[in-house]
Amino acid sequence: MSEIKRLKDIACQIRRDILRMVTMAKSGHPGGSLSSTDVLTVLFFNRMKHDPKTWNRSGVGQDMFFLSCGHESPLLYSILARSGYFPVEELSSFRKLGSRLQGHPATDTGLPGVYEASGSLGQGLSVAVGAALAKKLDSDPCKVYCLVGDGESQEGQIWEAAQFASHHKADNLIAFTDWNGQQIDGTTEEVIGPDHLDQRWKAFGWNVIIAEDGNSVEDIISALNLADELQQAEPKPVMIMLKTVMGKGVDFMEGTCKWHGKAPKPEECQAALAQIPETLGDF
Amino acid sequence: MKKYINTGNKDTRSGFGEGLLLAGRENKNVVALAADLKGSVKMDGFAKEFPQRFFQAGIAEANMVNVAAGLSLSGKIPFVGTFAAFAAGRVYDQVRMAVAYSETNVKIAASHAGITLGEDGATHQILEDIGLMRMLPGMCVVVPCDYNQTKNATLAAARWNGPVYLRFGRPSVPNFTPEDEPFEIGKAYVLNPGSDVTILACGHLVWEALVAAEELEKEGISAEVINVATIKPLDTETILESIKKTGCAVAAEEHFIYGGMGEMVAGLLCSQMTAPVEHVAIADRFGQSGTPAELMKAYGLDWEHIVSAARRAIARK
Repeated sequence: MSEIKRLKDIACQIRRDILRMVTMAKSGHPGGSLSSTDVLTVLFFNRMKHDPKTWNRSGVGQDMFFLSCGHESPLLYSILARSGYFPVEELSSFRKLGSRLQGHPATDTGLPGVYEASGSLGQGLSVAVGAALAKKLDSDPCKVYCLVGDGESQEGQIWEAAQFASHHKADNLIAFTDWNGQQIDGTTEEVIGPDHLDQRWKAFGWNVIIAEDGNSVEDIISALNLADELQQAEPKPVMIMLKTVMGKGVDFMEGTCKWHGKAPKPEECQAALAQIPETLGDF
Repeated sequence: MKKYINTGNKDTRSGFGEGLLLAGRENKNVVALAADLKGSVKMDGFAKEFPQRFFQAGIAEANMVNVAAGLSLSGKIPFVGTFAAFAAGRVYDQVRMAVAYSETNVKIAASHAGITLGEDGATHQILEDIGLMRMLPGMCVVVPCDYNQTKNATLAAARWNGPVYLRFGRPSVPNFTPEDEPFEIGKAYVLNPGSDVTILACGHLVWEALVAAEELEKEGISAEVINVATIKPLDTETILESIKKTGCAVAAEEHFIYGGMGEMVAGLLCSQMTAPVEHVAIADRFGQSGTPAELMKAYGLDWEHIVSAARRAIARK
């Protein structure tokens, strides 16, 4: 099996996990989780140096991933479970009382793979920058990755982090914008346009790469290859703008904000699952 | 009664600066971040000696707090320094999520707390920060009383495993605690034993409490003075033991009554015993411009007000 086919199969299973988790929990955020599935699949199953067996919160000697848009927790949990951080059966506890899989990622439940709580938007990128600078201080050659939402980028703190990372030459940090153009109240343009996010990152001193199909495993890998090359040439953080589709993979969820924070009904979930093959076995 | 000697007025923020430098020498994991107030918060000594371990964040406090959380994951011990109004008020959500909820080993150095920030006025004079910070699960709240104690508390904060809110101020105030007395987080220090009234104080009001106790002694009133240098975790044992003996208390602090140390003590007493508590603190109003000394007098935060409060507390027994 080709590596690309393997990754696409994993992404299919992650999407099924997301849909089943939010349906079982009767709450959660499927839209953005589905739009970012492919980039996290590439990161965790192809790109990052990470070992679930020896994982601890220090992240020393490992590539670290920070989910700034914490509401995409179903995606993160599925990715972590399928990577071996905890049993996949635990995914059924999502958002239930006493679960380690809190509505938004938390550290106090001791869930392996989570470095920092996130969910109050705009904060995760700053934490990732801190972790990246710590690696530089310690001469740890590993990288730090962070996923930011495009709606989330309306938070002022994102731009505080942008100027700080640039000023302090966080050239071991690669961030992604899930550029799906949707947020709770409508499209990003309707809510508070214009977006011009790629130009903003550039203006803040970052190298910017645009992935024209941010849901394409091949495009994501190419963008990451280019990011590494850029960082070898120039001490700058890199932002990869992923042109993605909200709700990717389920026809009635695609390209709309309606499924940002809404769980499908069981019959809707069945209709969605019928569009995505079960590749690794459901939890 | 033990007589305390003021070895000369000094600002507590410089005590922090000295403590930070010593902590940096003691442990290479200590790092520091400032938000364009490196000089005001006295972090320049550290920045000069350890340029690689100092990060200028610019006027962007929210990012600074979260960057500190990220730095702490691998074992760094970050001190973020800014005015208390920003450290507690402006970035409350960041402290709540990235520091308290995420249980990161971040030390918040909150300078220029209270009305004694002075002439800049109420925009910068936070009087609710103790309340805000003590409400956060796991947050340790430390309010040292003078230069020496702030220096030693800074060293203790660096050694403490967990988030600490360290509150200190701008003006020069009497310096009277031992130069190198190790600071114990969670301990209330009994400075003078007494039998008629317990005076609980924190920050530079501890000195005012000692002066008040001398005055009360002239009236034949024996006051026990306790330096409540840690607000959370509160040394309930020492405080309850004292009030059981004296039967009443005065709580003196440069803070609103709401959410302050005195309210915490009053809450403790309600669940344990019956005893009156009188507050020497600021009622429900903002500060204003003025010199620190003028403001302390205008807002009733001096030894004279502590003396009157002690008389009232005793009368209510």
